[in-house]
Amino acid sequence: MLGLLWLLPLAFLAVFYFYPLGSILTLSLHRGGGLLPALAAVFNSPALRGVVGFTFWQATLSTLLTLALGLPAAWLLARYQFRGKSLLRALSGIPFVLPTLVVATAFDALLGPRGWANQAAMTLFGLSAPPIQFVNTFGAILIAHVFYNTTIVLRLVGDFWARLSPRIEQAARSLGAGPAQVFLRVSLPLLAPALAAAALLVFIFNFTSFGVVLVLGGPRFATLETEIYYQTTALFNLPVAAVLALVQLLFTLALTAAYTRLSARLSRPVELAARRPPRALRPGGQLLAGVYLALLVAFFLAPLAGLALRSVSRLTPERGQTQVQAGLTLDYYRSLGEDPRGNVFFATPARAIQTSLLYAGATILVSLAAGLPAAWLLASREGSPGVRLLDPLLMLPLGTSAVTLGLGFIIALNRPPLDLRTSPLLVPLAHSLVALPFVVRSLTPALRSIRPRLRQAAAVLGAAPGQVLRHIDLPLVGRALLVSALFAFAVSVGEFGASALVARPEYPTIPVLIYRLLGQPGAQTYGQAMALSTVLMAFTGLGMLLIERLRIAEVGEF
Amino acid sequence: MKAKLFALTLLAAALVGCAPTAPAGGPATLTVMTHDSFAVSEEVVAAFETQHNAEVVFLAVGDAGTATNRAVLAAGAPLADVFYGVDNTFLSRALEGEVFEPYDSPLLADIPDHFKLDPQNRALPVDYGDVCLNYDIAYFEERGLAPPANLEALLEPEYTGLLVVQNPASSSPGLAFLLATIGHFGEDGYLDFWRGLVANDVRVVSDWDTAFYTEFSRWGGTRPIVVSYASSPPVDLIFAEEELDHPVTAAVVADGSCFRQIEFVGILRGTQQRALAEAWVDFMLSPVFQEDMPLQMFVFPVNPNARLEAVFVDFLEVPQRPATVSPEDIAAHRETWVQAWTEEVLR
Repeated sequence: MLGLLWLLPLAFLAVFYFYPLGSILTLSLHRGGGLLPALAAVFNSPALRGVVGFTFWQATLSTLLTLALGLPAAWLLARYQFRGKSLLRALSGIPFVLPTLVVATAFDALLGPRGWANQAAMTLFGLSAPPIQFVNTFGAILIAHVFYNTTIVLRLVGDFWARLSPRIEQAARSLGAGPAQVFLRVSLPLLAPALAAAALLVFIFNFTSFGVVLVLGGPRFATLETEIYYQTTALFNLPVAAVLALVQLLFTLALTAAYTRLSARLSRPVELAARRPPRALRPGGQLLAGVYLALLVAFFLAPLAGLALRSVSRLTPERGQTQVQAGLTLDYYRSLGEDPRGNVFFATPARAIQTSLLYAGATILVSLAAGLPAAWLLASREGSPGVRLLDPLLMLPLGTSAVTLGLGFIIALNRPPLDLRTSPLLVPLAHSLVALPFVVRSLTPALRSIRPRLRQAAAVLGAAPGQVLRHIDLPLVGRALLVSALFAFAVSVGEFGASALVARPEYPTIPVLIYRLLGQPGAQTYGQAMALSTVLMAFTGLGMLLIERLRIAEVGEF
Repeated sequence: MKAKLFALTLLAAALVGCAPTAPAGGPATLTVMTHDSFAVSEEVVAAFETQHNAEVVFLAVGDAGTATNRAVLAAGAPLADVFYGVDNTFLSRALEGEVFEPYDSPLLADIPDHFKLDPQNRALPVDYGDVCLNYDIAYFEERGLAPPANLEALLEPEYTGLLVVQNPASSSPGLAFLLATIGHFGEDGYLDFWRGLVANDVRVVSDWDTAFYTEFSRWGGTRPIVVSYASSPPVDLIFAEEELDHPVTAAVVADGSCFRQIEFVGILRGTQQRALAEAWVDFMLSPVFQEDMPLQMFVFPVNPNARLEAVFVDFLEVPQRPATVSPEDIAAHRETWVQAWTEEVLR
């Protein structure tokens, strides 16, 4: 009975991922007369080749910058004791689950033409024009990617580093190696699998980046994902879109396969020590670390705080003036519940929050139902080749174009009993595809940590397999279960693409409501969008803080 | 643990509860597919539901392009009974995809012929909106500068660095403005015009909200001229923070400087609710619905019998002769035009 459990995640992926994706790719290529003409169209176009090149280039650069910013923090988190560690981890996790349109408005509030930084600079130096040009620059893409993904480095590398025995480094020191030598010859090689895994995961996210490139990067930049969107929506050139989607998919598959192999090695590296109480910083290092950490916190906090501040500031300049007058107000929050238009689709923020919570609840259910058996399989049969294939497959949805998969749902899930094309269930199903890798990554190590002897003892004492699961495994992985549920929650609450495509207009989620408010002119509506974004930020922040409270150091690969 | 499981089960049950279910024997259900900018007053829908003993379910499936793609891919086994929201820039795609069944609504008799772009009446016009240049009145008043009178004026040195537009590849008003320049300057002349705009430091952004809320000077940006809608100035008044009695922005509506987007409704091929779908199409073309649209979607009725609210009568400027490009031309050349534009302006 338990042996058949692995069918659950596979069936889930097969029905809601591979079948729709396969259907739309086949149909698209068929419309273009087969694979070869479409391939030729893509590879004979210098513009499209340029898109592939730029996708790699920006992803590589973003990844290097993310590592450069994150590694010192990972080291400090792993080796030293200081106040606010879990706060830092939680803070860095907020951007990771925020929808791009909120992050874009946050950066606009900070660095846009009338953002706080430009306003301050103009007042200070008496300038007539904003000196900082941020929106629509290559730098904006890079900074936003670092903002999104640094938390991955902190978590993956930091946790691994914390468990690495410092004794090897100490031995090298006592044999006469200098600090630089120790780092390059000892620590770095030991850290290599964690570093590579973090770099790969960050690279995957940057490689498939959509909103950041479209909104913050602007029209001069195109990645595979934005090009697929353009080819599909504007040109309806499905064959070319399909080839681009396939290219992206193949690279993602290679990357995820590499990532999962590396991360499997993380769970049994050369020399692991029990997590020891970290040291306090030496006075000399304290200053340096303090400055660096303050800058890091400012990097995460400034755009978020800029957005929150904007949501309580008056936005319109008075008549006859082009400068915005200072003044605080709670009007935008107060007016969130009002609808001057009497629109049939009007939803109060309370209802949007309720809808978001319902979708998140269903996402937790679905992703745990599929993720628990998958994690259990990965933990108990790690050696078998079939299982090793399952891991990268679970991660594949992360690298799949949402536009393509959305169309796949339309043409594949169109017959009873699976006519889900207009069902609200499609939202949590799509969210679960995204949440599943995180759920599995949190659960697998926890399940792996259960000693088989405990299970055997229970079995010897006459417990049935189901009883063993209930009385041994479940209590031991309870916290990991909660953490993975919270990840599913955070992914669902912040997700925009899938919610917008299948949302019933009477039941918008918070991100969908923000998108609607941003789409029309008026000071009131813009202020409301800021207010609602702040509410969403608070929600995800709370979720991240809870994850930190529940997390056990040894548990969780991500 | 048990309490938690129960709560989760409840959540799931509640979620399934929102799913569209056809009640047996109750009112018939009509499903209307739209784009995500669709809005309508509650009482207007309720009036239709009572009159026809029907329940109307709306599906909003992304922007106009995405919604049209979905209709085409589901042609013959439709997601809904009626599809509203395909505009003249996507119309040919929907017609070639054989999405609609023809319907000669009696209300078409009231509607001026220049709105009817499909002679077979598969797609029936519902509303129109003009994409025009908007400018920040205060900016020009303060500097004693005259606002641009038409498209050609944008090439003058006094307007250097003042204009922000959207990328036609990613934005619907962006595409409409490109089409206005093609309609006005012709296929041979529009790229010269854009070359002039680039020399005059035009800024291009990806979408309407970045142009309007980040770059436009009315909102603290640096550019006092923006591509938006003719309806934006009155809408800005309605949703202003303080009561304003005169507009703070205005539209340039000179001949040939705007592009008119016309939106259509059609009965989806393969519907099981043909009679009810016809009633809904008639309803959308009737004054009750047509008078509701301006304040809900900021678009304007094609039915001349529909009356406009005072704010629109007072402050809306309607271009008398917008630039025109036929749906067939748009369908045939969209890609080459946008690509040529991209080469000229972005590279």
